[in-house]
Amino acid sequence: MVTYKLTTPISEEDARKLRVNDVVYITGTIVTARDQAHHRALQFHKEGKELPINFEGLALFHCGPIVKKEGDRWIIVAAGPTTSTRMDIFEDEFIQNFKARVIIGKGGMGKRTTDAMQKYGAVYGAFTGGAAVLAAKAIKSVKTVEWLDLGMPEALWILETEEFGPLTIAIDSHGNNLFEDIKNKTEENRIPIYRKLGIQK
Amino acid sequence: MNLEETVENVAVNLLRFAVTELPKDVKEALQKAYREETSEAGKTQLKAILDNVELAEKTRTPMCQDTGTIIFYVKAGAEVKHLDKIENALRKATRRATTKVPLRPNAVDPFKQKNTGDNTGRNIPYINWEIVAGDTLEITVLPKGGGSENVCTMGMLVPGEGINGLKKFVIDSVIKAGSKPCPPNILGVAIGGGSDIAMKLAKKALLRPLDQPNPDPELAELEKELLEAANSTGIGPMGLGGKITVLGVKIDYAVRHPASYPAAVAFNCWAARRATARIYPDGNAEYLTHKLR
Repeated sequence: MVTYKLTTPISEEDARKLRVNDVVYITGTIVTARDQAHHRALQFHKEGKELPINFEGLALFHCGPIVKKEGDRWIIVAAGPTTSTRMDIFEDEFIQNFKARVIIGKGGMGKRTTDAMQKYGAVYGAFTGGAAVLAAKAIKSVKTVEWLDLGMPEALWILETEEFGPLTIAIDSHGNNLFEDIKNKTEENRIPIYRKLGIQK
Repeated sequence: MNLEETVENVAVNLLRFAVTELPKDVKEALQKAYREETSEAGKTQLKAILDNVELAEKTRTPMCQDTGTIIFYVKAGAEVKHLDKIENALRKATRRATTKVPLRPNAVDPFKQKNTGDNTGRNIPYINWEIVAGDTLEITVLPKGGGSENVCTMGMLVPGEGINGLKKFVIDSVIKAGSKPCPPNILGVAIGGGSDIAMKLAKKALLRPLDQPNPDPELAELEKELLEAANSTGIGPMGLGGKITVLGVKIDYAVRHPASYPAAVAFNCWAARRATARIYPDGNAEYLTHKLR
């Protein structure tokens, strides 16, 4: 396990250095996107429309934050990760087309995303579920917000962060998927646990 | 005293305490988990959880952006007057806390998919009533997170399989839930009564502090056995691998119909929030889980 402090834009080479179980802190630009923002971004790409932000080398955060407005400034109150598996249907195309290098969320992602990360050079960083205050503390400012018509949680919040983390690398660009490994190990443990509890299968 | 006003003010405090500060027993269990966890990824998660809990307490900010569905448990002394005013007082308190704390608006009309915006709506906040002897009113709030709620299980097991059927049901539920309920979790487990009764008892069991084992020695033993089994799955903190998957198992039961063996498992996430206060006839409130601040 190695701890890395990365600054955006993150190169493909830097992303490929990371291995599962490494811990990463990110300084620079992180953009929030949930289901609807993914959907719209891919739609824009298909129609040849320009996106409001260039994602290349940035981190994408599966998060619907609580944001308040003070004067004309936006302030992030709480910004914990949301469940990433919902974005599995979009993420391979997203990584291929927009070259985001780090995807941040909770709960892990599936094979499609893992394959895309291997092919195009990106990683998945797990942020602790519910640790919303810790996340908000590392967010120094809201640079801007796009697609606010999707609603506060679904908009693209473009955030300036300082040492955002700890992110545990759970999918790397070498085909490793920590959540899948754990799931397989858990399955192997099932029968021995039954036996210890005196359960006939 | 004006009971409605007192209850409203006390309940706003309870909601604020609950979402910003974990009860002592949960904090201590998380600290112990951090000391005992051996997987590096698991330790990283527990450290982040502890840092987050401390920061939330210090800045009086909700520890998780999901401030839950609001559930109250009310133990009403039979001598307390104007009990009919309490429901309205708790609804008003929920609305006030939503803007004041703030809480995330988490009440959505299931047909129109529209968020009511203030955490109240038909049957929510939900109130569990219990009439007891005496002249005091004890109010507990349980803000229940959605991630852990989504993996709760209810099963009508085969009576002939007995307690082994229950054990298998609990372990299967934990393995199936995996990383989803933001482990380490607390499990409320209940058997008997009927489908609704089992789930109600399971959820209510989540209120028993982690440092209080079951008063029935046999059930205390079963709680320990299931805890050890759940912590042998390898799921670990946030599902990233490790030995601490569950912080505690709390069991309750009702006698059952000869043909039925209802079992329920209620999951709570690491942010196992709850707060309790007792209101006396003179209007004074004693906070049982938190220091007034």
